[in-house]
Amino acid sequence: MKKIYLYARFQRFWHWTQFLIISVLLLTGLEVHGLYNLMGYENAFKIHNLSGWGLLGLIFIAFFWYITTGDFRQYLTEGNLVEKIWLQVRYYMIGIFKHEPHPFKKNEISRLNPLQRITYLMLTLVGLPLQIIFGFVYFYFNELVALGMNPDWMEPIALIHTLLAYLLIAFVIMHVYMTTTGHTLTSNIKAMITGWEEVDE
Amino acid sequence: MKKLLLSGIIFSSLAFALPAKLTAEPFHRKIDSLLISTTDHKKFEILQQDFKSGPEVTKACLSCHTEASKQLHRTRHWTWDVPMKKGSRLGKKNVVNNFCISVEGNESRCTSCHIGYDWKDKNFNFKNENNVDCLACHDLTGTYKKLPAGAGHPAYFDTVFEKKFFPKVDLAFVAQRVGRPDRHNCGICHFEGGGADAVKHGDLDNSLLKPDRELDVHMAIGKNELNMTCADCHKTEGHQVPGSRYTPEAHDTHGFDYPLKDNNPATCSSCHGLKPHKKLKKLNDHIGRVACQTCHIPFIAKQRPTKMWWDWSKAGKFDKNGKEITIKDSSGAILYVSKKGEFRWAKNVAPEYKWFNGEMNYTTFKSTINDKKVVSVNHPDGNPNDLDSRIWPFKVHRGKQPYDPILKRFVKPIVYGPKGSGAYWSDFNWDKSIRKGMQNAGLEYSGKYAFVETEMYWPISHMVSPKEESLGCKECHARNGRLQNLSGFYLMGRDTNPFVEYFGLLAISGSLIGVIVHSIIRYFTVKKLKKAGGI
Repeated sequence: MKKIYLYARFQRFWHWTQFLIISVLLLTGLEVHGLYNLMGYENAFKIHNLSGWGLLGLIFIAFFWYITTGDFRQYLTEGNLVEKIWLQVRYYMIGIFKHEPHPFKKNEISRLNPLQRITYLMLTLVGLPLQIIFGFVYFYFNELVALGMNPDWMEPIALIHTLLAYLLIAFVIMHVYMTTTGHTLTSNIKAMITGWEEVDE
Repeated sequence: MKKLLLSGIIFSSLAFALPAKLTAEPFHRKIDSLLISTTDHKKFEILQQDFKSGPEVTKACLSCHTEASKQLHRTRHWTWDVPMKKGSRLGKKNVVNNFCISVEGNESRCTSCHIGYDWKDKNFNFKNENNVDCLACHDLTGTYKKLPAGAGHPAYFDTVFEKKFFPKVDLAFVAQRVGRPDRHNCGICHFEGGGADAVKHGDLDNSLLKPDRELDVHMAIGKNELNMTCADCHKTEGHQVPGSRYTPEAHDTHGFDYPLKDNNPATCSSCHGLKPHKKLKKLNDHIGRVACQTCHIPFIAKQRPTKMWWDWSKAGKFDKNGKEITIKDSSGAILYVSKKGEFRWAKNVAPEYKWFNGEMNYTTFKSTINDKKVVSVNHPDGNPNDLDSRIWPFKVHRGKQPYDPILKRFVKPIVYGPKGSGAYWSDFNWDKSIRKGMQNAGLEYSGKYAFVETEMYWPISHMVSPKEESLGCKECHARNGRLQNLSGFYLMGRDTNPFVEYFGLLAISGSLIGVIVHSIIRYFTVKKLKKAGGI
């Protein structure tokens, strides 16, 4: 067993801030959706909108960081992606129960397995931007209608925003569970806090 | 020293710059009449006479205000007749209502609220200038009252009507003390519409004579209150009072009407503009779809119960001795009278909500009605797809009233009149009173009558609450909120799509179950491997 430095300070800051903002967004969003009464509709509404701006800002900063540091390469893959993903999926479905070693070793140059790479890339490039865009279109609905948008889009926009939120919850559940599949149950989470991860030699 | 002086000046100018609380006091009647008028009517010789009747007073008024009656003759307060765009004729004279049903045939009783004298029947001369009643609206003494059944005349000698005493009105005293209408002038008819205080509108009753700010933030009386009167919003020019219920402005897109009037000056936006919410700007997004009144008048009939139900079909019951019955509840509200039937009242009640674009559809005495369901005597026109429509609050008055089940039309019974005239309140015979009423109006009657349930919509604009008490988001943005019954549009917090909800539930519960099952298998396989010494 050895320790390697996987997550830079900014990456850890970004991850946990995003975790916080998304948690607040989900909590307040579901209250505005009418599922429960926690902090009051008006408070939930205000905090949700502020957090939306927060998430947008954070994503811009993160994009800037990834592009300027070149770290975005961590999310790119080479070769037969399907085959690589299948290897990883097979590990989670079968290998993990036989205590087989991880199919892809973590190191400073490559800290994400192919399944993570594609999932996080999709989340950051498609899922979250889409959710943010729909959120902002919803927020600026009146202004956009004044500019010529069809007012009938209100319902589909709201429904897609809701659906994406539910899918995000499902993602968070699986994401948190996956952190327990490292060297030890908590080694992945520890790494995301300290930057250092224990990995098999 | 110089510095001290300078800071003193700065400080005192700051004190002047501090915003003073807005009140309407400066615009209203002062004790010193010189500040508002160049005329003292007490000094006019022509008003110092022993007037025998209302028209005599009017004649005196017209000797100076030469064109006044001609101007009044053009108002709907005089004609009770409002020609509509689509050709129908509305106005008090023509419409069906589900209170006393119809003016025609009952004139001498109803016209106690007409701004004229002598409208007893359909032969009334609408051209007579002396028959305009100036005092009803311009009496500032509060002593001028029209008799309930005097065809618009006040008591010229001490009179008792239905056990109420009406003292002789001193016409000269009143005529010498006239001025711009105050709230009691409007209120004597508009607060007591339907025959008594608070009956008809729900948002207009005598509690508005001296309201506190919780009851009506604009009309509230007291120190630092706005103290606005009716005419401050219903800004009248040439006796034409804006803000009629027959031609409402459901969506004022013009905004401010002050200092320069551009359309209806009685709308909220005329003073508050089109973006009135300064702190929570997002609230301004509602303005295109929700009337100000909807959130800012959370309850109507705040202090006095208003009539919600009038069932004429129950009228005509007597006690064992054949005497008329009156049943009251503990608060004194009338629940039953033999003449009128059954009543229900409600106090501090939430209005009902409908999309409204300003067009009110009226059922007339000539319309064919569908008696299989509740008949709308009037109903607001509008829907969510019409961008002129907004969600408005209404008092809905329901009840049962007579109709012709063969011709499927409403009927006009004569209710008020002496014994033997056929009037229902004297003779208690529906067939006779309807026959007489229809004959008088020149309308067809099959000879059969029955009772049908009706509803009537009264748009709400008064009894505006202080902003702290306006509706919170959750009153509407929630399941089973105030707008639960309005369909055809998506409302955040109220509406869900079953597909989205079930798919979301499936995704979340699916991943949860998957994770749990996976971890259990992991736990046991690893345990087994450990036992076997595999790890």
